[in-house]
Amino acid sequence: MSIESATGIVKILLIILSAVFCNNVILVQFLGICPFLGVSRRVETAVGMGVAVTFVIAMASVFTWLVQKFILEQLGLEYLQTIAFILVIAALVQFVEMFLQKSSPTLYSSLGVYLPLITTNCAVLGVAIININKGYDLGTALINGVGTALGFLLAIVLLAGIRERMELGNTPKHLRGFPISLITAGLMAIAFMGFTGLITK
Amino acid sequence: MKTTKKASLGKVFLNGVITENPTFRLVLGTCATLATTISLINGFSMAIATTFVLVGSNVAISLLKNFIPEKVRIPAYVVVIASFVTIVQMVMQAYFIDLYNSLGVFIPLIVVNCIILARAETFAGKAENSVLASAVDGLGMGVGFICALSLMGTFRELIGSGTILGVPVLGDGFAANAMKFFANPAGGFITFGLFLATFNFVFAKIDAKRRNKA
Repeated sequence: MSIESATGIVKILLIILSAVFCNNVILVQFLGICPFLGVSRRVETAVGMGVAVTFVIAMASVFTWLVQKFILEQLGLEYLQTIAFILVIAALVQFVEMFLQKSSPTLYSSLGVYLPLITTNCAVLGVAIININKGYDLGTALINGVGTALGFLLAIVLLAGIRERMELGNTPKHLRGFPISLITAGLMAIAFMGFTGLITK
Repeated sequence: MKTTKKASLGKVFLNGVITENPTFRLVLGTCATLATTISLINGFSMAIATTFVLVGSNVAISLLKNFIPEKVRIPAYVVVIASFVTIVQMVMQAYFIDLYNSLGVFIPLIVVNCIILARAETFAGKAENSVLASAVDGLGMGVGFICALSLMGTFRELIGSGTILGVPVLGDGFAANAMKFFANPAGGFITFGLFLATFNFVFAKIDAKRRNKA
């Protein structure tokens, strides 16, 4: 299947599937590894983190696109892209943090230090920059953002599920923690390599 | 007095290179580590760019720490870091365009490399650390990052394509049948995992030896 020849709802589905499986943000593009390793101890927190990141990425895709098109490009300030985008993202994360603190204090405290760290999650800034580099329009940028975020959610929940089981196993002492998680992620990445070429641009 | 100060600066430097190596001990900045170590030159230049930003932002934040209000310090730090990244972007676009294109999105993503924000937060922003010490801390962390990325880049390039810096060193027979797996994303994860485990093992051995001596 090819994205360019498709239209309408099929195109949207293809972009999402491509972002989730073929170009998985973590396992293929190497974006957002810090929270992927840090918050994948339990499935419950992994889901919370994944949902928070999904929300931030979707919002950030839209806002950074608007900032790029209507402020930076109009004023010829494209070189300020990095600074402008990171400020937009930091403001969004602050907003999500305040929202969660009010609406779901348990989730807020279980996400702990990783919530403000979404600002420094490379997946968020990465998707925003990739959207601009690839010349997506606003709709495509939003869909690509949501797809990428779902890919993040899928990968982090899968790893958390495996790690919960692995706690019970007898891992060699020096492999415990990060090393075995990275090797597990490597094996997951091999599995995801099977999706390569399923959808062409 | 002067000698003790020198010794402590040396200690700050070595802390970044070995004791708290950002890649192998703190496990920070993993995205850049995994994505750019496909070849030695990519990993090395990524680490050089990161080091420049790290030293620059550490110095700037250390100079500004008395003026930045506690509550908005993170956004303030991020803006300082982003400014230095923009400088790197412009310089690379002007003089090293091929390298800039091959590192792609990971150059602007230096902004969100956790090592830089972590050093700003835990070292440069602290009142007791001088500007000079912050610069040395940034340099030490940077050199630690350079060593780590060069090591992984060399390994993955050698095994994955049989070359070092693009020069075939293992002979044509190996290059034709290179283990391309290690140049793949999956190979990156597994290489990093094995390196981490190796360093855990080495450091545990050194600690045990020290404890036996004491």
